[in-house]
Amino acid sequence: MSEAKRPRLAVWKFASCDGCQLSLLDCEDELLTLARTVEIANFPEASSAITEGPYDLSLVEGSITTAHDAGRIIKVREQSRHLVTIGACATAGGIQALRNFADVNDFISAVYASPQYISTLATSTPISAHVAVDYELRGCPINKDQLIEVISAFIAGRKPAVAAHSVCVECKRRGTVCVMVQGTPCLGPVTHAGCGAICPAYRRGCYGCYGPMETPNLASLAQQWRALGENPREIRRALQTFNAATEPFRKESEAHAD
Amino acid sequence: MPTKTIKVDYLARVEGEGALDLAISDGKVASAQLRIFEPPRFFEAFLRGRGYAETPDIVARICGICPIAYQMSAVHAIESAFGAKVEGQLRALRRLIYCGEWIESHALHVVMLHAPDFLGFPDAIRMTRDHGDVVRNGLAIKKAGNEIMRLLGGREIHPVNVKPGGFHRVPTRAELRALAETLEHARELATGLVRWVARFPFPDFEQDYEFVALRHPDEYPFNEGRLVSSRDINIDIAEYESEFEERHVPHSTALHSLLKRRGAYLVGPLARYALNFALLPATVQALGEEVGLQPVCRNPFKSIVVRALEILFACEEALRIIDAYEPPAQASVALVPRAATGFGCTEAPRGICWHRYDFAEDGTIERVRIVPPTSQNQPSIEADLTAVAASILDQPDDVIRDRCEQAIRNYDPCISCSAHFLKLKINRS
Repeated sequence: MSEAKRPRLAVWKFASCDGCQLSLLDCEDELLTLARTVEIANFPEASSAITEGPYDLSLVEGSITTAHDAGRIIKVREQSRHLVTIGACATAGGIQALRNFADVNDFISAVYASPQYISTLATSTPISAHVAVDYELRGCPINKDQLIEVISAFIAGRKPAVAAHSVCVECKRRGTVCVMVQGTPCLGPVTHAGCGAICPAYRRGCYGCYGPMETPNLASLAQQWRALGENPREIRRALQTFNAATEPFRKESEAHAD
Repeated sequence: MPTKTIKVDYLARVEGEGALDLAISDGKVASAQLRIFEPPRFFEAFLRGRGYAETPDIVARICGICPIAYQMSAVHAIESAFGAKVEGQLRALRRLIYCGEWIESHALHVVMLHAPDFLGFPDAIRMTRDHGDVVRNGLAIKKAGNEIMRLLGGREIHPVNVKPGGFHRVPTRAELRALAETLEHARELATGLVRWVARFPFPDFEQDYEFVALRHPDEYPFNEGRLVSSRDINIDIAEYESEFEERHVPHSTALHSLLKRRGAYLVGPLARYALNFALLPATVQALGEEVGLQPVCRNPFKSIVVRALEILFACEEALRIIDAYEPPAQASVALVPRAATGFGCTEAPRGICWHRYDFAEDGTIERVRIVPPTSQNQPSIEADLTAVAASILDQPDDVIRDRCEQAIRNYDPCISCSAHFLKLKINRS
């Protein structure tokens, strides 16, 4: 295929740890093939050859935490035929959305000696709170096989084949004995699949880094956690991590005051 | 006098985003500022009130490239606060997972991000046209590092298996042995990589750095050691705050870390190599010598050679640990929280990553301070930029720009741990 006809891919960063875009570079076996299939037109972490839009597919990492970034995402959307958010920061606001539960000025003065130099918003919000998003890929970090599937699907003009069930189904498929029945608190029953149920396979409970599944029953899960001896503070902390600002996790976490 | 401004919209091939302002007046570099805009994420603020047990999962998210560095500094700090010691095979497994992180992070930087500078390519993908084997081999080395991360950590990015006191699950002997063949191959490829990068054209440029790194009596450092410098520092990691301080400068959301008595210092591969050369395996020392690298190298452009040598070291060390491995009876040692302060300092791929935690009686964090490697190198990066630009001021602006970008990439800066988009502006007046 000639250079001009290949779909044009762009990768953008907002407030994040870089891990989700690194997932693309971690596709050691697929990267060179991908680079022949699409034109990597804007991927500053990997290349200094930046070409102007429009782009066929934009992958967006990170959340919106500054006024500048709130303006920048609108420009990204304008140049992108499809916009896909990758990871918990872009789809849910990320761990930095813990500021949404606190006073951001208190956060600033806890970290910086000269708060007047710092310009930040009071909240960390997902990309979908600012612009239309064509697809949201979950995870902190995303699963690189799912990333390749999503890119392939958008190139082919089909719907990505990404399961929406809970982590529990992945444990069953993997043959992992349920850790919850052995007394370990686990967020698997309410957490979106995609990681491959790694934590229970490593003998610990799921900590919810893929965020809530569709229609999770959090009240029931919290009851189970109480029965296992977890106190309200522990339940609140468990839900207030990388997907803290999602509606189901936020709502349930706030129901567990000390 | 006319003012001339050159802008480059992004400094590419660094992790994160920042900007550089170079002011030139009367034929001299008036100032060089690395501006870091990375939106702050306030880890040190929201960690207050969190439990010690969830700390490794949270601090991993400071950096997707070097999550193990943050997890390791945190678990060591927690264990030092609670008076626990992780030894034997559990300690060896921690070194092993750190080998995995050095291999994947260094291979990414050496082959994918830094080598294109020396050969005139915008990226590694376009470099495959002329150097396809090198790029494919580099990806294979990177993958070998990631396989260690995947087995010991559960996944490459934000591993789930590290916990205060050890691991959630330890591997069987057979699981570890299965990595050996891949690592033996990676060791061979790393040797070739060292010889390849050592032939690059390096600018004739040296700086009189004060190197700072960990030093352990018996080992090239990962997790433990005293903090030493190439001048007179030799302190326990708990004394860090007596020698070093962070300053908040207006042009950066990353704090600048400085030696109280002397200012800028340098952490990372050049510092580790200079201060710990005697502790490297003979094979690594010999290869360094073969390619003409002195044990003390003060040319930051040659950091790419040291990184490649550290990949070789990490492959050898990983193979040594795998060979000697016997699964420990327990995956972790028990911890009893108490009101105390703990310190952790480990060698991230980019240099020392220092943590301090104050815990309440029940193990809840009251206060935390995290000093990532890139904030420590920021003043040295700015000093390099001033000197690099001064040495080529008679050149066209785009030559100055390219060389300055390269000088920043010498540090493999992890701006996400500390920076945002990098615009280069040269003001000539």
